[in-house]
Amino acid sequence: MASTLPGGLPAAIPDRVIGHRRGAEDLIRYALVVLFAAVLYLFVLYPLLQVIWRSLLANDGTFVGWANYRRYFGTPAIAQSIVNSLFVSVVSMAITVALAFVYAYGLTRSRMPGRGLLRLVAMLPLFAPSLVQALAFIYVFGNNGIVTRTTGLNVGIYGAKGIVLAEVFYCFPHAVLILVAALSATDARLYDAARTLGAGPLKTFLTVTLPGVKFGLVSACFVVFTLVITDFGAPKAIGGKFSVMATEIYNQVSGQQNFTMGATVSVVLLIPAVLAFLVDRVVQRRRYALVTSASQPLVPARRPAADWGCFAYCALVAGAIAAMYLAIGAYSLVTRWPYNFTPTLRHYRFDTVGGYAPLWNSVYVAALTSVVGTVLTFVGAYVVEKCRTAASGPLYLLSVLPVSIPGMVLGLAYIFTFNAAGSPLNALYGTLAILIVSNVIHYFTVGFLTATTALRQMDAEFENVSASLGVPFYRTFWRVTVPMALPSIVAISMYFFLNAMVTLSAVVFLVAPGTELAAVAVLLMDDAGDTAQAAAMSVCIVGIGLAVRLGYWALMRGVHRRTQAWREPREAPTGSPTGAP
Amino acid sequence: MSAPAPSRPAAVALQGIAKKFGQFVALRDVSLSISPGEFVCFLGPSGCGKTTLLRIIAGLERQNAGQVLMAGRDVSGLAPSLRNYGIVFQSYALFPNLTVARNVAYGLETRGTPRARVESRVDELLALVGLAAHKAKYPAQLSGGEQQRIALARALAPSPALLLLDEPLSALDARVRQSLRHEIRALQRRLGVTTIMVTHDQEEALAMADRIVVMNHGVVEQVGTPFEVYTRPRSPFVARFVGQMNFLEATACERAGWARMGGVEMRHGGTAPFAAGTRLTLAIRPEEILVGAAAEGRENRLLTRIRVIQFLGPFTRLSLALPDGSPPLECDVAATAFAALGAAEGSQLALSLRPDALRVFPAAG
Repeated sequence: MASTLPGGLPAAIPDRVIGHRRGAEDLIRYALVVLFAAVLYLFVLYPLLQVIWRSLLANDGTFVGWANYRRYFGTPAIAQSIVNSLFVSVVSMAITVALAFVYAYGLTRSRMPGRGLLRLVAMLPLFAPSLVQALAFIYVFGNNGIVTRTTGLNVGIYGAKGIVLAEVFYCFPHAVLILVAALSATDARLYDAARTLGAGPLKTFLTVTLPGVKFGLVSACFVVFTLVITDFGAPKAIGGKFSVMATEIYNQVSGQQNFTMGATVSVVLLIPAVLAFLVDRVVQRRRYALVTSASQPLVPARRPAADWGCFAYCALVAGAIAAMYLAIGAYSLVTRWPYNFTPTLRHYRFDTVGGYAPLWNSVYVAALTSVVGTVLTFVGAYVVEKCRTAASGPLYLLSVLPVSIPGMVLGLAYIFTFNAAGSPLNALYGTLAILIVSNVIHYFTVGFLTATTALRQMDAEFENVSASLGVPFYRTFWRVTVPMALPSIVAISMYFFLNAMVTLSAVVFLVAPGTELAAVAVLLMDDAGDTAQAAAMSVCIVGIGLAVRLGYWALMRGVHRRTQAWREPREAPTGSPTGAP
Repeated sequence: MSAPAPSRPAAVALQGIAKKFGQFVALRDVSLSISPGEFVCFLGPSGCGKTTLLRIIAGLERQNAGQVLMAGRDVSGLAPSLRNYGIVFQSYALFPNLTVARNVAYGLETRGTPRARVESRVDELLALVGLAAHKAKYPAQLSGGEQQRIALARALAPSPALLLLDEPLSALDARVRQSLRHEIRALQRRLGVTTIMVTHDQEEALAMADRIVVMNHGVVEQVGTPFEVYTRPRSPFVARFVGQMNFLEATACERAGWARMGGVEMRHGGTAPFAAGTRLTLAIRPEEILVGAAAEGRENRLLTRIRVIQFLGPFTRLSLALPDGSPPLECDVAATAFAALGAAEGSQLALSLRPDALRVFPAAG
């Protein structure tokens, strides 16, 4: 203190820190950062800029500025797609979140019977392309649907009504997953406090339950909204003349070869998706920890009336979902729905699309997407979190950006990037590799954020301890970081696999002769009028997804037993009621 | 023990270390020399820069100015892995997926050491910290104190020249902390490894260190043995932070070595001359105040009234109101001596502020 007092002016401290001499380890670190940055630039930022740039050009390549946008908003037939998109997205969002909330409430806060099975059935739509939900409604309520034929009542399923119904089914499991997580994260002591203060059930619900899941509800709303507005499959199959933005891009590009208008609609479609993402981020930032280490798990009390009420509701919803999938299965197994119900397997020959090649392509692409995506997201998250450089911030932003790029837009961006005359990148075009890349990028953000969360939960000093012991970081990555994160890694790889199996929007522009995929085959066969084969292919997709999910489940149990032994608590648990399913 | 032998270079020497985080100055011109085999504590409140200083020595934080020397070698530009130290963090940072033995072996396995040598070194260290029986367990299966010892064994396994401890005991409960203090100190003495420990617990620093570096707001306030720091604090901050201290406002008298407090003149232990009328702060520790019979016939006598009596086991703490209404004095009296006083709350008590214990500082501000 005395040394700085006399002049009153502390000696100036330089802004630059004294650097360390770079060693081999630093070189590896920098190489990883550069590599990750190059991947994100080449497959995310550059293609996206291509779309934006193309929207400012005419089809012959001359710069026209805002002309395409003026034409878009000036053509009522096309501009209507914006209103339509927003309309179905908001309506689907409201219905899905409302239905899913009650369902998730039943699963977490009641003691109704069959919770495990009900949970499983609710997840079924995750295993099918959105297109398949639409087909199911057509098989039941369409012009040749079984209900239409047997009752003579045509509900007019084609159009907004059908899109909303299909989207509600398609998005239902996503909303349920988020809300179950939100409803599970609670503290029983809050409910004890409410009861001791004399609050009734309604007041408790309004003052404890709802505020506790506020952020989960917001999240569910934005996720569903984004899923619907970017979805292509369902509106394509059931929308009829009701045009939404995703189908409009498809029409412009595939139908009219009007790439610049496709780019224009894409840029407009980016806006609500990016906005939804940004608003959700801002809202979630205000989230606070509701569950602390002192929290008590909530064990719902037995309330017969409420439990059976929940059961009736959940059974009804689950029944509807199961019925849809049964309809698809039945459709694929009968000679000619709804006229001739003689069982047959001939729809499983897939003669219009050349047999099983698309299905095996899909499995191959999904498996590689899973491997590449998992490695890239995990190493990427590690690079951003643990190799702190000036690039960490921008790399993080580029990593969370893909979630707001609609699949159609990504596909179109890849056409512009990898099908450009004279570009060395053309080598990828028309290969399975580009399908893998587009899937990895399309689903990048969720994998990346999962990995980031897993890495952030680890002690920040692991790397420092290793350095002090003279152990290089990559050795600790392999011996400690990866084994500790194994449950997350397995979850990420499953996420990539299942989504790559069912996605349509990101790949529909990129499949080429020889690289057809199952989901695209469903679309093509449905377009060609081979609806029974489309149903059969859907059954195969769902079947493979379920089989893989089951395999993963078994694997996870093994993984937990073998590598997570250290998670065992010191003392044997004294029969704590952690009713994890 | 504190004077470095002239022939051997300091184990650690810091020269003019400064560190900024943005505009916040965390360390300002810190210089320090630590002898081989010495146990030094960085002591200070949170935010004083002690952990930053430790991390700069470790190379985990890079300073804006100044040098770090280890055994005479400038290591300022070396990455952490090239500095040859072991470190124990507050969280221990044990690898939860590796067994105790593999944790301890972690720094040995990469240096091309034969497997048998690794295993015997692991056994040796586990025996040293008394945890040989837990070799095959995972860290989560051990108690906090056991985990702490494993972290210590892991840090010591490659025989580092320097041991860094970042608040190693703060996550433990009081009783375990007490016994580990002795264990760490004994281990350090036995191995003779130069050790720097960061702590905010002054009692811990007093009990363990050869020398204490008291820090505040990024500067070193005082460096000295525990005895020096406790008995001769160089600033009111050190006096307040290490141990208990009563502060009394006073002004310097004409007579050197005297100060006026309220209406009374007191003789104090300060030697520096102060101009008459200078505002001063007098300081005395609660246990240095003489009361009752012991105060009879002594200098600097005051008559006070007992406000609160707090029984604390081995001694009793009295809160004493001064006649001039200045903040109450705290006074510790041994439990047996207190019984002899026969005092109660509200009763009068005469005391003496021993001149040799009455430290003097210029008043702040």
